Amino acid sequence: MASIGINGVSKVYQGGVSAVNSVSIDIADGEFIVLVGPSGCGKSTLLRMVAGLETITSGNVTIGGRVINDVDPADRDVAMVFQNYALYPHMTVYQNLAYGLKNRRTPKAEIDARVAEAARMLEIGQYLERKPRALSGGQRQRVAMGRAIVRKPSAFLFDEPLSNLDAKLRVSMRGEIKRLQRRVGTTSIYVTHDQLEAMTLADRLVVLSGGKIEQIGRPLDVYHKPASTFVASFIGSPAMNLVKAELHGSKLAIGPAIVDLGSSVPTQGAVTLGIRAEDLHVTMPGEDGLPFRVDYVEELGSQRLVHGMVGDQVLTVALSPEIELSEALSLGVSPSRLHFFDVEQGTRLNWTAAACPPSAFPPATPVAGAVL
Amino acid sequence: MHRIKFLDHVVLLAGVFIMVAPVVIAFMTSTHEAADIHRNGLSLTWGDHFVATYDKVLTNEGGFTGKITGARMIMNSMILGIGFAAGKIVLSMLAAYAIVYFRFRLGTLLFWMIFTTLLLPLEVRIVPSYAVMTGLGLTNTYTGLIVPLLASATGTFFFRQFFKSVPEELLEAARIDGAGPFKFFIDVLVPLSRTMMAAIFIIMFVYGWNQYLWPTLMTTDESFFTLVRGIKQILLVWVGSNIPDYNEAFALAILAMLPPVMIVMIFQRWFIKGLTESDK
Repeated sequence: MASIGINGVSKVYQGGVSAVNSVSIDIADGEFIVLVGPSGCGKSTLLRMVAGLETITSGNVTIGGRVINDVDPADRDVAMVFQNYALYPHMTVYQNLAYGLKNRRTPKAEIDARVAEAARMLEIGQYLERKPRALSGGQRQRVAMGRAIVRKPSAFLFDEPLSNLDAKLRVSMRGEIKRLQRRVGTTSIYVTHDQLEAMTLADRLVVLSGGKIEQIGRPLDVYHKPASTFVASFIGSPAMNLVKAELHGSKLAIGPAIVDLGSSVPTQGAVTLGIRAEDLHVTMPGEDGLPFRVDYVEELGSQRLVHGMVGDQVLTVALSPEIELSEALSLGVSPSRLHFFDVEQGTRLNWTAAACPPSAFPPATPVAGAVL
Repeated sequence: MHRIKFLDHVVLLAGVFIMVAPVVIAFMTSTHEAADIHRNGLSLTWGDHFVATYDKVLTNEGGFTGKITGARMIMNSMILGIGFAAGKIVLSMLAAYAIVYFRFRLGTLLFWMIFTTLLLPLEVRIVPSYAVMTGLGLTNTYTGLIVPLLASATGTFFFRQFFKSVPEELLEAARIDGAGPFKFFIDVLVPLSRTMMAAIFIIMFVYGWNQYLWPTLMTTDESFFTLVRGIKQILLVWVGSNIPDYNEAFALAILAMLPPVMIVMIFQRWFIKGLTESDK
């Protein structure tokens, strides 16, 4: 068990393609870090550089304080779980688990003990004599994790380990990975493109885009305070609504509607406004709100996602199925739930809502120049 | 439907007849006496000289020097066939391993260069090859018989394709598990290639067994003669007023057929697996 330091690490492939761009992450001992981002964002490359399967172009990686840039993968004291499991097809489960230990000349008795322990932990004891092809996807994934556990490494590296499983199994394996990591307490780096997996597993999330870190933070911090429009649209399902708006004084104009935010506003002029679908609600009769034309509805059972337009901008609202829908709705939102982003940079503009915020949009009386 | 099924069987039976009949005729004829064959031609009935003929072919010392027996020729053919097939597998696996897993400069260019030269049949380079072997003093040795034929484009290509289809993660997992290049080859690639090896072994064994031109050139000492050469030799030896020993030639031909047939039957299951299934 050890802490991992990733200090200004970059990867430039031959031909000048830059996959990872000066990334720094400090990972504490025993922490579960999830690297998340769309495909091609460099998350796997970063993990493979930590594993030693890719060379590091610049910067350095330390494990337990030791710089391991030029250390052979076998000597880095890490274990990796692959997306396609990468079990040795001709070896039995036992041999698969024992292979890494055998190569390290671990005594036979010790191997037996460790394999038995891992098998008990993962409940694969009865399959030890089987070949991987006689196992189901979930069992293979357990064996792959077992192969990592028996080594008792300083760090686990997971490369999208659940992507090949069906949806139901993925949910239960997710829970198991989390429990297992808690139990053995090994520092872990986990790569996924699934934001749900990232949210549920991580102690801390690292959102990557285009080889750069967009945000590092605890899942709920990232969810509630996305650092950029990219993070806002990537984390959370449905994605956060991002609409064009304008700030004038303490007033916010969204299309035809205007809201008074109280005193403090982060900036003036055009902004990108972010609203989570679940933060919007249908206003009470008599209450003022944002005029919303319903386009189509997705029924999810526990809630329904209503897609529609505010002015000429698309908006998604998560509503309880009990609420009756009509062609046109009026939506309200608490100002403290509003997120502001810079129009050009997409970066978050921090602000604090006024202590006693108005809960709905006042009637549409456009301010001069505020027409969007 | 029924009609088509019946026709299918007719076609299949005709095929079987065409394939098997010559073998049956050769075998039946070999059980007759030479004079009998000379008088009556090929025969479809069982003669009474089965034991005598085969015993003579296998144990009687013949040839110019009167020292070579059929059993000896079978052994020579076995050594050539097995050595040839095994050597080819080892060599082409190693070559393919280097080409697929080691990034060296001009690797692809080298592969295609080797590949194109190996596509040339032996006959094209037979004179220079013979000159080299004579220069090394390797005529009339098993080494000289086998080694010049070992480089194989087909084998290298087969294994190259196979290694390329092995998932890269397997190599990465092995690297993290502490297996070096040699260990990875022995512990992972070789066991995974078993069916491929069986398939190539069959093809190469039959190919080596049936070699005629190269052994004819390389061996002048009769104790190195292979079966395929021996058959020819029998018909050449008895000249003049003697009746050629047709029965012995047929018997040798039948004997020459047996080992490849057995090899194919033994390895058949793996052979089909190796060519069709990628056991990963």
